[in-house]
Amino acid sequence: MANTALTEAVYYILLSLTEPLHGYGIIQNAERLSSGRVKLAAGTLYGAINSLIEKGWIEALPEETASRKKEYIITQAGREILMAEIERLRELLKNGEEILGGFKDA
Amino acid sequence: MRKVVHKLFWVWQFDKEEEWLNEMAAKGLALVGTGFCRYEFEESLPGEYEVRLQLLEKSPVHPESEKYISFIEETGAEHVGSYMKWVYFRKKKSDGEFQLFSDTDSKIKQLSMVISCILILSIINLVVGVENTYLLIRHFSGALGGGSSANIIGFVNLAIGIFGTAGAMRLIRKRSRLKKDKQIFE
Repeated sequence: MANTALTEAVYYILLSLTEPLHGYGIIQNAERLSSGRVKLAAGTLYGAINSLIEKGWIEALPEETASRKKEYIITQAGREILMAEIERLRELLKNGEEILGGFKDA
Repeated sequence: MRKVVHKLFWVWQFDKEEEWLNEMAAKGLALVGTGFCRYEFEESLPGEYEVRLQLLEKSPVHPESEKYISFIEETGAEHVGSYMKWVYFRKKKSDGEFQLFSDTDSKIKQLSMVISCILILSIINLVVGVENTYLLIRHFSGALGGGSSANIIGFVNLAIGIFGTAGAMRLIRKRSRLKKDKQIFE
């Protein structure tokens, strides 16, 4: 489990949900964090949110009023997954830089 | 001003249907309603809207589908119509690019649903088509009496079955390309 890579969509969803956000907020946040590169499509996001709730990595916040959009937040389990993923990414980056001698010389 | 256009797209042409709806949108005719072979448009600025359509797992009025549709609407898109299990959305281009699926997995999942739907339709039509054609041949060869119910409908079934299968094959090839990409890219 810990060795499995997260998809980019899941990584940015988890990262965005360190604060409560609704669906559209996640899309905007992922786009902003990646300087416009990551554009989560709404249908894909919907599927990912449901899978993450099922896994217990995020949860839906109780709706205050019916008109408000549903908000989500990361759980402790989700945080641990995210930390493990950052560790994995660090390893990828370290190996890449070591072997190619850093970005400047590559 | 509203404009109604009657046009037939088979299930296996759903991507062509979406292309056509976007060509109409580019001309300044934005989709506002759908029905059986029927599309209703309103005048808009040319290229003001982007249209996307999708096959749902359940009927559009099922609570799960309703939840999905309202989620999509919360992201700035508008649900403009449904036909059977198909839903049609549009979004203003000024609000950013509009796609329903951004990763290979969800694109493959959607294609698989459409392919299964077409294959079921094609198999039923092939079976009924072969049966009716057989009856028709027996009828003309004099083996059956005058009260035979055999008619040319068998050829229509056969044609739908054959075109459907061909359409499904095209989509299966499209899905294979996506699956190949997945071995390299996320």
